[in-house]
Amino acid sequence: MSEAPAAPRTASADRARLEGIGLLVRPPQPRAGRRVLPARVAAMCAVELQKLRHDRTELYTRAVQPALWLLIFGQTFTRIKAIPTDGIPYIDYLAPGIIAQSAMFIAIFYGIQIIWERDAGVLNKLLVTPTPRSALITGKAFAAGVKSLVQAVVVIVIAALLGVALTWNPLKLLGVAVVVVLGSAFFSCLSMTIAGIVLSRDRLMGIGQAITMPLFFGSNALYPVSVMPGWLQAVSKVNPLSHQVDALRGLLLGTPADLPADFAVLAVAAALGIAAASSLLGRLAR
Amino acid sequence: MTGDAAAEAVTCTGLAYAFGGTKAVDGLDLTVREGEVFGLLGPNGAGKTTAIRCITTLLPVPPGMVGVFGHDAARDRMAVRRLLGYVPQQLSADAGLTGRENVDLFARVFDVPRRERAERVAQALAAVDLADAADRLASTYSGGMVRRLELAQALVSAPRLLILDEPTIGLDPIARTSVWEHIEAVRAATGMTVLVTTHYMDEADHYCDRVGLMHRGRVRALGTPVELRRGLGERRRAEGTADADTLPTLEDVFRDVAGSGLDDESGDFRDVRSTRRTAHRVG
Ligand SMILES: Nc1ncnc2c1ncn2[C@@H]1O[C@H](COP(=O)(O)OP(=O)(O)OP(=O)(O)O)[C@@H](O)[C@H]1O
Ligand SMILES: [Mg+2]
Repeated sequence: MSEAPAAPRTASADRARLEGIGLLVRPPQPRAGRRVLPARVAAMCAVELQKLRHDRTELYTRAVQPALWLLIFGQTFTRIKAIPTDGIPYIDYLAPGIIAQSAMFIAIFYGIQIIWERDAGVLNKLLVTPTPRSALITGKAFAAGVKSLVQAVVVIVIAALLGVALTWNPLKLLGVAVVVVLGSAFFSCLSMTIAGIVLSRDRLMGIGQAITMPLFFGSNALYPVSVMPGWLQAVSKVNPLSHQVDALRGLLLGTPADLPADFAVLAVAAALGIAAASSLLGRLAR
Repeated sequence: MTGDAAAEAVTCTGLAYAFGGTKAVDGLDLTVREGEVFGLLGPNGAGKTTAIRCITTLLPVPPGMVGVFGHDAARDRMAVRRLLGYVPQQLSADAGLTGRENVDLFARVFDVPRRERAERVAQALAAVDLADAADRLASTYSGGMVRRLELAQALVSAPRLLILDEPTIGLDPIARTSVWEHIEAVRAATGMTVLVTTHYMDEADHYCDRVGLMHRGRVRALGTPVELRRGLGERRRAEGTADADTLPTLEDVFRDVAGSGLDDESGDFRDVRSTRRTAHRVG
């Protein structure tokens, strides 16, 4: 048995410097525990923004549907005044609902991206980095939030162009951003949780389509809770989308809203979603 | 842990992993020494990828089965992952990002501080000759370029152990040589350990310090390529089935191990029976 030829680190470091790869012999210093999560979240959000920069087609094609909702549904129902909105024009009432809807559509199909990454081997490589699973999922959830936020900006601009009287108070807009990100974090985790259960893109696509409509129509996005039948009111109360719309309306239009409750529900929902999706991530890695 | 853990990059002790009823890895004992290039060879389905996925913490294993530089893969996952660079069998760069962004992501998740990140990423890309293509989308890369990009992703964190699962699969001969030359150059410069699987016996013969031949979840032959070839040559001469002066190739050794499913170390009865059964079914 010969001794293992353990090359002295310093000699190889000299050689590496000569080859122009001096940094590649020095492992980076691990971050302190509590700073890992924000760093991973930032990394995943950066990737999402880079992808959006390279390919904006999705951003544009996804703007079509909310524009049509506002333009056709919004303008028509503003004229027929069928829905009680406490005196504000219906298109104004509708705008926050459509912002939430378009953000939810993006998030609810985010799990497809995770399955794609699994199939492409990208996810496996990320799982072999010093990133706890919960940090990876949190990162993905916020990345979905960033994607939705960019989309929300587009819808807000469309709404403003259609004459909806929205707030321009920067603090309230910041609140809007937080609400959109939290809501999308929840819906993307719901999607990643389902991805961890069904493990296939097609099935996730089917389930995603099956649940978006009930979530949407079972919320206050199109009409106030008060006009719903009793059972649907109960559904709407626990539907995070309703709380998201309620908060968006309160912030953007100044309608009465229970903001603390809305934020609390969204934050708790997002946290539960992250926990559920993280615990199922292992199934995708096998 | 056994005596001198520092000189051992990887230790597998009785490593076993089953997918349902399929025993993919079945009692694997393996030691990779620090600084060597170790080749894990074996036919399709031998369990190479599964063993690697256990070592990289992707598949859960009980404590005591896998150690990486003295860290237990079950108890100390994060420490193990910090020491690893991993290139999976499948070509896997993110096609929606540029080469540079692909590497930058791995610099970020390995906690490379912001002030040296750009420089480190550039060095990793330069080390695999992708500096000029760095700002193109990875979707425009050829297979060989994607492999080198993955190498850069693995190298950016200065791993002590580089794990490559069939790094040259599906590449043309020139791209294969190029991938190996880059691995060799970086290894010579950094002194890292390399654990690699391949189906190309010429590569194993040429680039690996030691190889282990796996079959049905276990290592059936272990040594330097020359040792294994000499060993087979001597056995054949003793049996009178080969002439004295031609040394068998590593491929002959591979055929010898994979073809029979037996060797002197592990010739248990079950192997003989299952080989016979397969032979029967085949015809
Ligand atoms: N995810 C999985 N689910 C079920 N069985 C699996 C899975 N992965 C591998 N196996 C089985 O485990 C055994 C070993 O597979 P493994 O991929 O480790 O072999 P390998 O040596 O890497 O083969 P190859 O040279 O073809 O890559 C095979 O019988 C395979 O069918
Ligand atoms: Mg394999």
